[in-house]
Amino acid sequence: MAANVSPFSAPEAYDAARVRRDFPILATQVNGHPLVYLDSAASSQRPLPVLRAVEDYETHSHANVHRGVHALSQAATSAFEGARERARRFLNARSIREIIFVRGTTEAINLVAQSYARPRFGPGDEILISALEHHANIVPWQMVCEQTGCTLKVAPINRRGELLYEEFEELLGPRTRLVAIAHVSNALGTVLPVKRIVEAAHAHGAVVLVDGAQAVPHSRVDVRALDADFYAFSGHKMYAPTGIGVLYGREELLAAMPPWQGGGEMILTVSFDRTTYNELPWKFEAGTPNISGAVGLGAAMDYLESLGVEAVAAHEARLLALATAELARIPGIELVGTAASKASVLSFTLAGVHAHDLGTILDTEGIAVRTGHHCAMPVMTFFGIPATARASFGCYNTEDDVARLVAGLGRVREVFG
Amino acid sequence: MDLKELYRDVILDHNRHPRNFGRLESEDRGGEVLHADGHNPLCGDRLSVYVRLNGERIEDIRFEGSGCAISTASASLMTEAVKGKERAAVARLFDQVHRLLTHHDATPDAALGKLAALSGVHEFPARVKCATLSWHTLNAALEHGSATVSTE
Repeated sequence: MAANVSPFSAPEAYDAARVRRDFPILATQVNGHPLVYLDSAASSQRPLPVLRAVEDYETHSHANVHRGVHALSQAATSAFEGARERARRFLNARSIREIIFVRGTTEAINLVAQSYARPRFGPGDEILISALEHHANIVPWQMVCEQTGCTLKVAPINRRGELLYEEFEELLGPRTRLVAIAHVSNALGTVLPVKRIVEAAHAHGAVVLVDGAQAVPHSRVDVRALDADFYAFSGHKMYAPTGIGVLYGREELLAAMPPWQGGGEMILTVSFDRTTYNELPWKFEAGTPNISGAVGLGAAMDYLESLGVEAVAAHEARLLALATAELARIPGIELVGTAASKASVLSFTLAGVHAHDLGTILDTEGIAVRTGHHCAMPVMTFFGIPATARASFGCYNTEDDVARLVAGLGRVREVFG
Repeated sequence: MDLKELYRDVILDHNRHPRNFGRLESEDRGGEVLHADGHNPLCGDRLSVYVRLNGERIEDIRFEGSGCAISTASASLMTEAVKGKERAAVARLFDQVHRLLTHHDATPDAALGKLAALSGVHEFPARVKCATLSWHTLNAALEHGSATVSTE
């Protein structure tokens, strides 16, 4: 995920033009221009193999899972549980008992907050996060603090948008029960030293949750090598449908946690006197799950690995380096987030032009970027700005997309004189 | 979609040089100042509107805050348009502005004056809330004032 790849380095073996053909939506015309999609950090697009896997499941295999002896129910169960095994391999988890299907990263973090932290933590206990976190990795912990009386600590960042690691380490102490940290910052693209963070947290007896939403599309994640206790991510940022994601949790931790939601699927037996819960991972999956979403997620993992996660990451790093160099030459552009190690994201402001005006003008040129606070208001507050424009790159972006962005920014400067 | 329709010269001018920008303090010239903060959580736009009433009439109005060109220019144009007007006339004006911003067939009423410059916004539905933020904030200040007067 290093961004230190020269845009002028070796000729590309990666064929982005071919990859683009897998994504039918990229042929869309927006406001009379071919779409330039630079908002994959908010949600990526889906390739044909994912669309087809979902359609195929819905067309030929759908029924409820784990409930019937009939053929379709068995087909659905096999597709759903096949996707779980696929996710296990994707993360190199030890067992499918460690793979919980959730709606997305947000639900995964809330599950850990309510089922791991809330029953265990109390006054005097501390949860440590960083100043780079997405709201989804802030608010669930604030709720736990309100519910239990424990305290939220925030490790600071520098002006480049990097975690101040020494200060983070100083905040770790005997009271730290849990560290919740982004693998990659959604607002700035900073890659955090999660392995080092996990080691340091474990040395203090704290468990670690890694918010991997922005990392899984750009890097190979091995939860065993990382030694994370919990790892959360969403499907829709890695070319899978919305409404499906994964919470990985170490089995011994998950086994000791009470269920989060009650209902069907998560039980073994129910009587009015006593209910016994299902085993892992189904203990945490009350209700009928997003079966087609899981099927799509499995297909997206196949797709991403067929391109090669490392090849995709190297391609995106080249685009990021190119865009960074090109934008730095535009008068009035200020890059927000200039960490040494970055992935996929280029956040910036343009002097005298609010991010929303910039976003509207780029949209009239067919260019989709995210504008606003990126669900990371504390990051914006730190930099003293209300909003940034954020261009983010995926496996299907090209040098031409960067050129269109640069031309679009020229148009913005024209309109605002 | 025509960008020139959205970013007319009047809009760009009021964005660059917002009129009636700043606060109103109660002690400035006596009289209580009504105040409300407007916040658009989706885009992070924030503005504060300060109003001094003389009976039913808006005697003075100012705003401050940070936002996009549309929200800043709309707030600036609003302060010019409502200063000196009775509250009832302001309510009617807001109705007309709202119609202008949301209806495709709306032709600017002569009564709108410079506010007609906002007519291009209706082509950009995502930006309507930018243009209405200052008006909603003004309403909050006026309504809040009629219940419990807030002084700054």
